[in-house]
Amino acid sequence: MAVHTSEPVSATAHLSDVDIKEIGRELDQLRDEITASLGESDARYIRRVIAVQRRLEVSGRTLLMVSILPPAWLAGTACLAVAKILENMEIGHNVLHGQWDWMRDPEIHSTTWEWDSATPADMWKHSHNFVHHTYTNVLGKDRDIGYAVLRVSPEQPWHPVYLAQPVYNAVLAAFFEWGIAIYDIELERAWRGEKSWAATLNQLRGVARKAGRQVVKDYLAFPLLAGPSALPALLGNITANMARNVWSHTVIFCGHFPDGAEVFPEDQLDGESRGEWYLRQLLGSANITGGPLLHLMTGNLSHQIEHHLFPDLPSNRYAEIAPKVRDLCERYGLRYNAGSLLRQTATVWKNVLRLALPSPSRRAAGDAVPDYFAATTR
Amino acid sequence: MALASETLSAAAAEGAGSERRLAVRQRLLDAVTWLTTPLLPDDYLGLLNPLWSARQLRGRVEAVLPETADAATLVIHPGQGWTPHRAGQYARVGVDVDGVRHWRSYSLSSPPERADGRITITVKADPTGLVSPYLVRRVTPGTIVYLAPAQGEFTLPELPPDRLLFVTGGSGITPVAAMLRSLALHNQVSDVVLVHSAPTPADVIFGTELRALAARLPSLRLYERHTRTDGRLTMAQLRRLCPDWRQRHVWACGPTGMLDEVERHWRRTKLADRLHVERFRPPVTAGGAGGRVRFVASGRQADADGTTPLLVIGENAGVLMPSGCRMGICYSCVARLRSGRVRDLRTGREHGDEGELVQTCVSAAAGPVEIDL
Repeated sequence: MAVHTSEPVSATAHLSDVDIKEIGRELDQLRDEITASLGESDARYIRRVIAVQRRLEVSGRTLLMVSILPPAWLAGTACLAVAKILENMEIGHNVLHGQWDWMRDPEIHSTTWEWDSATPADMWKHSHNFVHHTYTNVLGKDRDIGYAVLRVSPEQPWHPVYLAQPVYNAVLAAFFEWGIAIYDIELERAWRGEKSWAATLNQLRGVARKAGRQVVKDYLAFPLLAGPSALPALLGNITANMARNVWSHTVIFCGHFPDGAEVFPEDQLDGESRGEWYLRQLLGSANITGGPLLHLMTGNLSHQIEHHLFPDLPSNRYAEIAPKVRDLCERYGLRYNAGSLLRQTATVWKNVLRLALPSPSRRAAGDAVPDYFAATTR
Repeated sequence: MALASETLSAAAAEGAGSERRLAVRQRLLDAVTWLTTPLLPDDYLGLLNPLWSARQLRGRVEAVLPETADAATLVIHPGQGWTPHRAGQYARVGVDVDGVRHWRSYSLSSPPERADGRITITVKADPTGLVSPYLVRRVTPGTIVYLAPAQGEFTLPELPPDRLLFVTGGSGITPVAAMLRSLALHNQVSDVVLVHSAPTPADVIFGTELRALAARLPSLRLYERHTRTDGRLTMAQLRRLCPDWRQRHVWACGPTGMLDEVERHWRRTKLADRLHVERFRPPVTAGGAGGRVRFVASGRQADADGTTPLLVIGENAGVLMPSGCRMGICYSCVARLRSGRVRDLRTGREHGDEGELVQTCVSAAAGPVEIDL
């Protein structure tokens, strides 16, 4: 493949307007097919996951009551960690996306759901569902690119503070729910004068209220109820929360920051068509390959590509959509970024380490054309 | 009378006791909420027994009893928090059909005095409907349904008038059946005329029971009108069947045409204050040509065509509309539908139940619409 300029070649340059329109039509049609087939078995699925999650949580907390016995501590902490992961990933994230709103059950609905996380659902819905999912991977618009603190794309200008990012990314992983809570307040936007301090303070109070209850529950009420097991119970809760934090940090970083995930300039948004919007979602996201259990535990964010194409389709359907999207990518010579958890995580960390240093940006270096381009262009 | 007042004071004492119990229960639940946050104790209790939910009244279908070829009675065990209804009232019932919650109103056909505390609704399957065929043919015992408190003014006064006339048609018998059963239980059937219309004898809902009751109680006169052979009941025929109709208080329930005629007749004879009417309104389906949109909370209105999103209609009308992606993915714009139906601009599908949350950015008006904004 010939690259004559120092400008990076867009991964969609080989597509004609007709192609792009056709891609949009095909994906719309896929969406309609799934929407039309939603029914009883989907409803049963989410209710079953919720029931399993709640039973796991009750079991975990009950076992931690007697966690002075090491096997009870181990089992209790494991149950609680799995319950918290399911609650955040397969249930909370997806319910808050409105994936289950079609059931019209007010108890499983994006407008009424609150999740087991420090950040209040309504604030997260704004920063995630609207800002991130609408402006996915557009530099300067999608705040999720590096979460306003990390340099995860060479297009982000370097700053000396990024030298420390391998360390603070590790810290962020351990305390991810708190990172998200602070992130959702958008302090940097208030700092730049893009939003009022009054509104920001109001949100800060909202986080304090929500997070306060979370802290009281996990670190005070349940340990105290455990009596002689108070200390191990407290440790169990801390461990479960941290395990959930590290896991969700890992899964989420694999969604947009591994090698090959594209970022886009702001002018991409000007007059963007439906097909172009789909393409941006497709090229800006990355999947994790694995079995059904992995998909469940990642909240089906292992199907990040399908999730970004259809953020409000129920997560249990992404697995059946995935082969069709992959087939579309093959037909149109587009990269379908999928790799094992190990591989995607390794490239995320490789990037976090490499981009901590002031490297030449991709735009300036002719040899930095994404390597997948040669492989997939026909 | 002494007996009655004793019963009353006993009921009042029991009421105060249950109020105290409720207050204690509420305080306990508030404390437990610190352990279940961000969920409610309900969410966990529901795992043990769905009927224990305090947030949403539920009921368990215990039996489905066929009444006619296209009607059935559902015996429902109402969950905690059900307040006994008055005979003649209806309740909104929520059912999940193909995974989607739908709410409809049904008259309660059971008398409130039923000893086992169960309630019944009797449903006639509308061949073009969605919920009624499901309830008549597909629902199985054990199914959980959702309930709203009983409501409606189509009821008998505390002390029923001596002379009563019921004019019913089709499934319009259901609230009247509750009244008759209640009256019979209290031995209060002093002088009752029931004129009921149905296509054939086999289509008479509760036919066997009504005939047996009329045979047992000389004070109940039952006239069945089988419209397939006898044609529709006219007011002249009604006057002949019940010559003392002027002296009677009337409760009427049935098809719209019949009720319109009854209302006209009683209005013309200046006896409208003796007439009580209950109408079953099926959800109105309007064409996709747009319509008047009323934003209830902000008191604004606008005319909408069938292709402009409600979000845009609202914004142009100066309503503070929540919004986000404006393409149907982020759900920042959802608003509650008070009445009317909307069309999903992505699929063209028309939908809309009272209380449904709709995405205003991808929904257009399909007929007149009221939005809770």
